[in-house]
Amino acid sequence: MTATFPKHIPAEGYIPPSRQQEPARKQYKYIGQNLKRVEDPRLLTGHGQYIDDIVLPGMAHAAVLRSDRAHARIKRIDTSKAKALAGVYLVLTGAEAKEMTGATAQFASPPVVQYCLAVDRVRHVGEAVAAVVAENRYIAEDACDLIEVEYQDLPVVVDPEAAMTSTGDAVLHPERGPNNIAQQRTFTFGPVKEDFAKAEVVVKRTLRWGRSGAQPLETVGCIASYEPGSGKFTMYTNSSFLNYVGWLVGASLGVSASKLNLIPVVTGGSFGSKIFTHKVMTLAGTLARAAGRPVKYLEDRLDNITSCDNHGSDRLYRCELALKRDGTMLSLRFQVIDDYGAYFQFGVGTHGNSLCQIVGPYRINSIQMELIAVLTNKCQQGAYRGFGSEVTNWMLERMADAAADELKMDPIELRRKNMIQPDQFPYVIPSGNVYDSGNYPSVLEEALRIADLPKWKKLRDEARAQGRCVGIGVATCQERSVFSATEFWSLNGTENPGFTLTSSPESTQLRIDPTGTIHVTLGSPFWGNSPETMATQIVAEQFQVDPAQVNIVYADTQSGFNSTGPGGSRFTVMIAGAIVGAAKQVKDKLLRVAGHMMEADAGDLEFRVGKIGVKGVPQKEKTIGEVALFAHYFRLNLPEGDAFASGLDANYVYDHPLTTMPAADRSHLGIFYPIMGHMCHLALVEVDPKTGKVAILDYVAVHDAGTVVNPMTLAGHIRGGTAQGIGTALYEKFHYDESGQLVTGTFADYLIPTLAEMPAAIRVGHVETPSPFTEYGIKGGGEGGRMGAPGALSRAIEDALSQYGVRCDELPLTPRKVRELVRAGEKR
Amino acid sequence: MALIPISLKVNGTRFERAVEPRRLLSDFLREDLALKATHVGCEHGVCGVCTVLVDGQAVRSCLSFAVQADGCEVRTADGLAQGGKLSALQQAFWEKHGLQCGFCTPGMLMLATELLERNARPTKAQIEEAISSNLCRCTGYYNIVESVQRAAELMQGGAK
Repeated sequence: MTATFPKHIPAEGYIPPSRQQEPARKQYKYIGQNLKRVEDPRLLTGHGQYIDDIVLPGMAHAAVLRSDRAHARIKRIDTSKAKALAGVYLVLTGAEAKEMTGATAQFASPPVVQYCLAVDRVRHVGEAVAAVVAENRYIAEDACDLIEVEYQDLPVVVDPEAAMTSTGDAVLHPERGPNNIAQQRTFTFGPVKEDFAKAEVVVKRTLRWGRSGAQPLETVGCIASYEPGSGKFTMYTNSSFLNYVGWLVGASLGVSASKLNLIPVVTGGSFGSKIFTHKVMTLAGTLARAAGRPVKYLEDRLDNITSCDNHGSDRLYRCELALKRDGTMLSLRFQVIDDYGAYFQFGVGTHGNSLCQIVGPYRINSIQMELIAVLTNKCQQGAYRGFGSEVTNWMLERMADAAADELKMDPIELRRKNMIQPDQFPYVIPSGNVYDSGNYPSVLEEALRIADLPKWKKLRDEARAQGRCVGIGVATCQERSVFSATEFWSLNGTENPGFTLTSSPESTQLRIDPTGTIHVTLGSPFWGNSPETMATQIVAEQFQVDPAQVNIVYADTQSGFNSTGPGGSRFTVMIAGAIVGAAKQVKDKLLRVAGHMMEADAGDLEFRVGKIGVKGVPQKEKTIGEVALFAHYFRLNLPEGDAFASGLDANYVYDHPLTTMPAADRSHLGIFYPIMGHMCHLALVEVDPKTGKVAILDYVAVHDAGTVVNPMTLAGHIRGGTAQGIGTALYEKFHYDESGQLVTGTFADYLIPTLAEMPAAIRVGHVETPSPFTEYGIKGGGEGGRMGAPGALSRAIEDALSQYGVRCDELPLTPRKVRELVRAGEKR
Repeated sequence: MALIPISLKVNGTRFERAVEPRRLLSDFLREDLALKATHVGCEHGVCGVCTVLVDGQAVRSCLSFAVQADGCEVRTADGLAQGGKLSALQQAFWEKHGLQCGFCTPGMLMLATELLERNARPTKAQIEEAISSNLCRCTGYYNIVESVQRAAELMQGGAK
């Protein structure tokens, strides 16, 4: 295989050599097994210890008064009645909190200033205005009702295009400029003009991706306590990024991050939305310090849905795809207006994420993106499964389908024709990111095989003959994994890039105790996935021990070390790297000690199941427990020197396996998200044109996440992610009316799919193309389902309603939206 | 606020307490009795994460007052494991990967308990009907349905 480069990127030395120590193998003992999850027994019995389960002595409870206005000046707040209520310890307004706590930290540069309690002005419905700390939550909420706020309404901006030309009081952050454009910039990667000049066909579409969000069933919470004198904070938190977030919270609280000990708890789902929970942590810390006692603040659902800082992407695309008449894709250019809401915590990081796989699985030679990020009176954007690249996947698939229609080609044929071929990897895309490995045609073929496409077509055609609207949709999409921190800032202006972080490591401490149990300490928390199961299987593989001999523990930030956290489908790859590194050191020592015990050369020893033995001498062996006991308690029976110091342990920091810096002029962004998975989703749907109801009759999802550690849990992600993709495509929307009210503020209005909305089955397949850059060739696979379903469903509905000539260019395709499309088609 | 005396059985233990009339059953169980298995997801009765059994019937504990459970027998997921062992239902959820983050799981377990007590051999459609009242954000529900099917098998004494 030879690497493939676009002409504008110098090939010489562009891709650093692989640091892989454990290449993929044909056979494993524990990797690839459907091990039952080691996390489950305590979750099944109510012993999970989620944030709401933690009780500290003397703990008080906070509640937050939130704005019912979308945009207003705060003229006056009277908290006297609230303060007089029995059982109230503290009432704090934004202006009072600002005396003790600074703005919340963020990655946008220049920043958009935000406080954990609004100061002088509210910018969206649900923004926190004041907080109460009381004996219990009931009293705290009673006290919130007694706070009087006088507002002066300001003009409300909800339309992203109108935000571009806002003036005067309609400008949310006047200190940043004269309108509500937060950032506007055009990025060109490769010879776009030349490629468009070569085009025989240019397909144009306007596409609208609606605003949805993760909405895990557990909200965000923090229990903070403060020790006067030492100035130390202790915080129990359900943040996923403990090691990053401490810096942010410390900066806001005005203390060094070293004064914060963050203790992880089991998290009831994140899907990205709990990566940074710094606003809640900053608020809890502020309240605990001011109240002089531990304070628990846990969002209720309304708090979370209106003000979680984690609404997903909200984009309007105007796209042009240049092709030859035979269907060969040449170039893609687009304008994207993205409605970030009232604040801008990650800047345009979600578009950096998009650019890592902006050509999809296709050989598109050049890309141009005009990005316009706008601010409106809505909850700000954050992370949601895909972090913006799921939107680009949908956009690309919509453009591929549009091209197929315009060229009168079969959509599957058009895709097949343009796919990067298995012998072209590593493949460098125009934005500079590398696709490490892949076999896209084989994923497509596997999906078609599982679906039995001829059978689907027969079903469709028979149904149509009966007058029913049945259709088939296909999506072939990328599933990037293992982000590098450069994506946080590489799209910021080069003159003012902000904090140019370049590390995103994951660490572990691996220790074998005298009983032979292997303890692995994770520097990242449980966020709803299977970190303990992943680590257990990899450790079991490394040492060839029964998984029951492995114990996983979580470090707090005071005892742990350099880790990043789960996000961007990075954890399994990264913890595998850390474990392989640590295990090597511990295994070397095990062999040294065992060699001494058995009077053999360490090089003549081998790991057997749970044991170490002399090669070729089956009866000469010791259990790992026997060697561990000796290593711990028999120092005088071993040689002198550090190599035999008592105990068996190692720390290892695993840095990102493949990342480089962006070009200074941003003609490319470097390698920043290279461990590239792939998927093919196929949907068979029936639409009732009279009601707009979409029924998914059959569904197939084939994913390539490299070497699979646990097929059962990966399939769980694929199905669960697809469920979220169905929600995004068909049901879920944070709908703001003209006055900026969130009219879908409960789960009765914001419609998460129930079992009744799911297809009868999601048939899952795995293809394994190992990465040459990661340990064992593992790739991430945590986000995939949601990154493929919207494209497949949009096409399937379009196909089902082909007699009406509809285009599914706006999500979500709610029954009402589908009816609109049908009605418009009937008029034509 | 005046307190109302209540007397009820929770997971087999009798409790006599005095509570505010507005105290939610979910808060009473979690905070007053320190039974943490019952979770709270939306507090407006939609998600069903807080489902418990009151006199054998599944109810949303976030929409029930503790005083309403006066004289009743309440069961929560805290009480499912007996003698230090997972129940057949819990075992089935473990085997079939019926949970990811685990937050909705106690509610699903109680829905399934109610169903299986009424109908030891439910059809797949009956299981789906029962489960469809609650939200799960992780699994897509399929493995939850399989878990309940498996639990029914285990409770019938079938090894397979």
